[in-house]
Parts: sequence; C-alpha cells; structure tokens
Amino acid sequence: MLADYSILLIGAILVNNFVLVQFLGLCPFMGVSNKLETAMGMSMATTFVLTLASACSYLTHTYLLQPLGLDYLKTISFILVIAVVVQFTEMVVRKSSPLLHRVLGVYLPLITTNCAVLGVALLNINREHDFLQSLFYGFGAAVGFSMVLVLFAAMRERLAVADVPEPFQGPAIGMITAGLMSLAFMGFAGLV
Amino acid sequence: MTAMFELIAQNPFIAALLALVGLALVFGALLGYAAVKFRTEGNPISEQINAILPQTQCGQCGYPGCRPYAEAIAGGEAINRCPPGGEGTIAQLADLLDVEALPLDAEHGEEKAAASVAFIREDECIGCTKCIQACPVDAILGAAKQMHTVISSECTGCDLCVEPCPVDCIDMISEEVTLQTWHWELPSPTDPLIIASDRNDMSSDKDRAA
Repeated sequence: MLADYSILLIGAILVNNFVLVQFLGLCPFMGVSNKLETAMGMSMATTFVLTLASACSYLTHTYLLQPLGLDYLKTISFILVIAVVVQFTEMVVRKSSPLLHRVLGVYLPLITTNCAVLGVALLNINREHDFLQSLFYGFGAAVGFSMVLVLFAAMRERLAVADVPEPFQGPAIGMITAGLMSLAFMGFAGLV
Repeated sequence: MTAMFELIAQNPFIAALLALVGLALVFGALLGYAAVKFRTEGNPISEQINAILPQTQCGQCGYPGCRPYAEAIAGGEAINRCPPGGEGTIAQLADLLDVEALPLDAEHGEEKAAASVAFIREDECIGCTKCIQACPVDAILGAAKQMHTVISSECTGCDLCVEPCPVDCIDMISEEVTLQTWHWELPSPTDPLIIASDRNDMSSDKDRAA
C-alpha cells in the first residue's frame, strides 16, 4: 500500500517529471525561473493549487460527469474547477496570511493557465486513479515541478553572470539548459 | 419527475447543459460566499505605522521602503531603525504600539539635524545614470551621457545617490526655507500637552504641508 503510493510519487516527481519528461507547464518554467526567489514563490503556489485541483477535479469527474455519462465535458469542467480553486485559494490566503499572499502574490492567478494543472487532472482520469492516488499524483507532479523550477532558476542565476557566447545569450541558453536538464531526467526512466 | 428524467435520458445535451450550468452556479455561489467571508481591508496597524514613517523610501532600515518596514514593525521588528525619521518618529511609533521608545539604532545611520536635498554639480556630472538607478523616488532627471539634475521638490534627502556617484559630484545641501515650504513648526510629538489621539492627524497635516 505504502509502496504503491511511494512509487506513484517517485514516478510523478522523477520518472515522468511533468516539465522535463512530459513537457507540460513550460511557460512558468521558462517565465519565472529568472530569479530563485520568484521560482520559490511560484513553486509553493503551484504545489498548493495542483494538489487541491487534482483532488477537486477527481471529485467533479466521479460524482458529476461520470454518473451523467458526460465524460466528453471533462476538459471544460476541469478548467472551471481549476479557475475556482485558484480564485478561492487566493481569497483565503489573502485573508489568513498576508505574508504568504505577498510571497505568492502575482503567481497565484498565473497558475490558472499552467497546463500542468489541467494535465494532471486529465491524466488522473485516463489512468483511472482513485481519490487518494489522484491526490498523491497531483502532489508528486507539483513537487517535481517545484524541484525542476528551483533547480533551473539556480542555474539561470549562474548563467546570467556567465560568459555566454553572444548568439546564445538570454533565453537561447535557457532553452539549451532546459534541454540538457531534460536529457538528464531521461536517466530516471528505468527507476520505477 | 420521471418525465424529466426521461427527457434528460433522451436528450444528453440537456444533461450536459444542466451539469455545466449547475457546476458554474455552485462555483459562483462558493466564490461569492468566499468574497464576503474573506473580505480584507488591509492591515490597519501597518497602515498607521506607514503613515508615521517619513516616506523617504531610503532603505536605511534594511527594508526596501517605508511600507515593507511598516509591515515588519507590525510583525514585531524593532522601531528604532529609521534615521530620517529620527527620535520624533520613534516616539510616535512607541506611542502607537505601546512599547518603550528606544534610542535610534546607530547601525542604520544617524539622524540629520535638518532636512536636506541632493544637489548635482552639473559641470562635473558625466552622465553615468548610476544615481538615477539608486534614487528610490525617481527624483533625478537625465539620460545616459547627458547631465543629470535633481528635482528638489521630489527629493527626500535619503543620501542613497551620493554613494554610487563615481565622480562625487552630488552634495547634500540643507533645504532652503521659501514662502512655499515654510510652515509652523509642529509641536514636539513627545509634548505631554497633546493627547495620543491627536497625533495621527498632526502627522498627516505635516505630510500635506511637505
């Protein structure tokens, strides 16, 4: 039982990493990785929302869409669910912890358009996960996303001061670095 | 009731419509409820602290501006880190927060006797824009390789532009009292004749005059 969940977690974090192996959530990956600080904020916000959104979308699918035979509506319903979860989270965080709200700040609304969130929700359905599995898979995906984002931000901070050949400066070297990271993550393929 | 179920079973699009509309209604109600339940009007205590701070945005306290320092004070930071405000600000803060007034922390700088503004000796300016980047209130005008100058009405006298200047052409001069800038000297904040509730108004008057 425990082994199942840890395999699910490791699978989502390393083997099928959402950013580097499944290429989901690339916009925040490239967009907010310029500074370690913003990357941390984005990671925390995403972890929270992804876990919550995967659970909520599972519930919506199991108790609303499936009984009515409306499987084909899952994409649009999940988008709705994710948007609501993000908005709700923002309100609660702003009320309960102004400090956290300042840290997460602008990143919270940005998560609505993070395709990894929708991807996890849809994959949960495709793989026929139950509720707990969905929760763990969402959390694993978020941890994987956070880890990769923070690692990449740390590298980009070093790249910013490195002596990069002129044609490769800026986003170009970022893309190359991301590609190399992705190659490195292919090494986890046989792990689970 | 049965007729309705039959209708839904025969027309799947009605079920789809109902499901989506229902979902949207439930979520809308949830968000509406949350908007009322989790309404916030900012942190009033940090607003009050921010009103007392001198708004030089100089960063000598170690925070990136007056508002972050105000929020830090609200969270328990020491109140004696504001050199531009000096003893007067510390006394007001101590009064507002009901804590003991501490002497100014010398680590963060010393209080200046009079308000001053930056002045750029324009002949010597090489147009490096370093002071423009340092200025927290955008009071310095100029472009790369063009002479810069200080808009003295905007300058808060925070000293931050003096350090980065590579040719040391920035002086801090004390502000001249003109007909426009002169105002009645405010009573000292530690004056026992004023009751505590008057003081916020006094400080906002001062802001308007300045």
